[in-house]
Amino acid sequence: MSLLAIGIALAKAVIVFVCLLLCVAYSTWLERKVLGHMQVRCGPLRVGWYGLLQPIADGIKLFFKEDIVVSGANKFLYILSPMIVMIAACASIAVVPFGDYIDVFGQKIYLRVADVDIGVLYIFALSSLSVYGITLAGWSSNSKYALLGGLRASAQMISYELATGLSIIGVLMHAGSLRPTDIVAGQDIWYIVKQPIGFLIFVICAFAECNRSPFDLPEAENELVPGFHVEYSSMKFALFFMAEYAHMIVVSALAATLFLGGWRGPVLPGIVWFMLKVFAMMFFFIWIRATYPRFRYDQLMKFGWKVLFPVALLNIVVTGIGMVIWG
Amino acid sequence: MNEGYIPILFMLALATAFCVVVVILSRLVGKRQDSSEKLMAYECGNIPTGNARQRFPIKFYIIAMLFIVFDIEAMFLYPWAVIYKSLKLFGLIEMVLFVGILLIGFIYIWKKGALEWGSRNI
Repeated sequence: MSLLAIGIALAKAVIVFVCLLLCVAYSTWLERKVLGHMQVRCGPLRVGWYGLLQPIADGIKLFFKEDIVVSGANKFLYILSPMIVMIAACASIAVVPFGDYIDVFGQKIYLRVADVDIGVLYIFALSSLSVYGITLAGWSSNSKYALLGGLRASAQMISYELATGLSIIGVLMHAGSLRPTDIVAGQDIWYIVKQPIGFLIFVICAFAECNRSPFDLPEAENELVPGFHVEYSSMKFALFFMAEYAHMIVVSALAATLFLGGWRGPVLPGIVWFMLKVFAMMFFFIWIRATYPRFRYDQLMKFGWKVLFPVALLNIVVTGIGMVIWG
Repeated sequence: MNEGYIPILFMLALATAFCVVVVILSRLVGKRQDSSEKLMAYECGNIPTGNARQRFPIKFYIIAMLFIVFDIEAMFLYPWAVIYKSLKLFGLIEMVLFVGILLIGFIYIWKKGALEWGSRNI
């Protein structure tokens, strides 16, 4: 690998990481604003024009908060676990293609950080890692609420991960590759058309894996306080908070790449289409939160194992039969 | 080493550096005033009773075990899915057999009540 190539790769990583952090900050603003308007409130309004500086003010405030390590906590794991969650959420954006390529001084620059042949598998591997962070956070902070929240979260996340893993197999069968760029290239017709059931299962599981409403059992405020991160304060809490939004962005980007044609679209440049699709998904996340009440825990587990898992399996079989019959 | 993975390494390093720097900085910058009451585990204002790391329902272990079994089986479907187009009918039959065996196990745990969350089964 030449020095120039390494330099370009490093620059791309830095730019993508900074953009991701900005997107995370502003999706908290988006969430509060959209939720506010859906509930006939205004949302953040005072800090900056239209409340636009609110995420920055929040960040600065969290920075100056007192950093607490609870007595009886396992200190090492207590500090490590928010980092695991955040690193897993941020690093998985690396394989998502944002667009085709741009010319900079005659140098073709592809709009993705890395182009590996097992990209989809890599994202799933990393998103499984964040379960460790959440379980360890719940266990290490020596609080009953945190432990219960952590247990609930890990059981929920692994149950729905199963169905997520199965729901995208239909797409892989059509695309014949695990490389995200190949999957985008294969979508002359969006895969949501060929795999509507797969998309539905994927989106439901995405909600559950991001611990979002209506599956926000791990942080059910009115029974568990905030669940696994009840004992966290200052930036360690902020890391959990940011990781949740980063995870949402990654899942939206993955949905856009796998099912909605990735960066492909007419007239507008690829990156614009990609961002539009990602933020449409993010808006959908928020919309659902404003619309549906929370599940009960046994309903949640029953739904994951007894409905989503068999339906996802059936979807694979039907896709297989369909592909043999119609080529 | 495969060169395609070097950018991923950069990304991991960046994320790690960000997390470490942010946590250390906030530790240095934030004001600190410890007291034994403040460092107690939160239990709605009461003084916490006993250790928090107590026994918890075995259901969670069962779910974890089931997850490992079925996730490995799901992983076996990935390489099959990628080359499905060239396997055609042979691939379909193989897969139906595989999913069939998987389903037998699934029906067994369902009938055994491993997926129930009622108070009786915990």
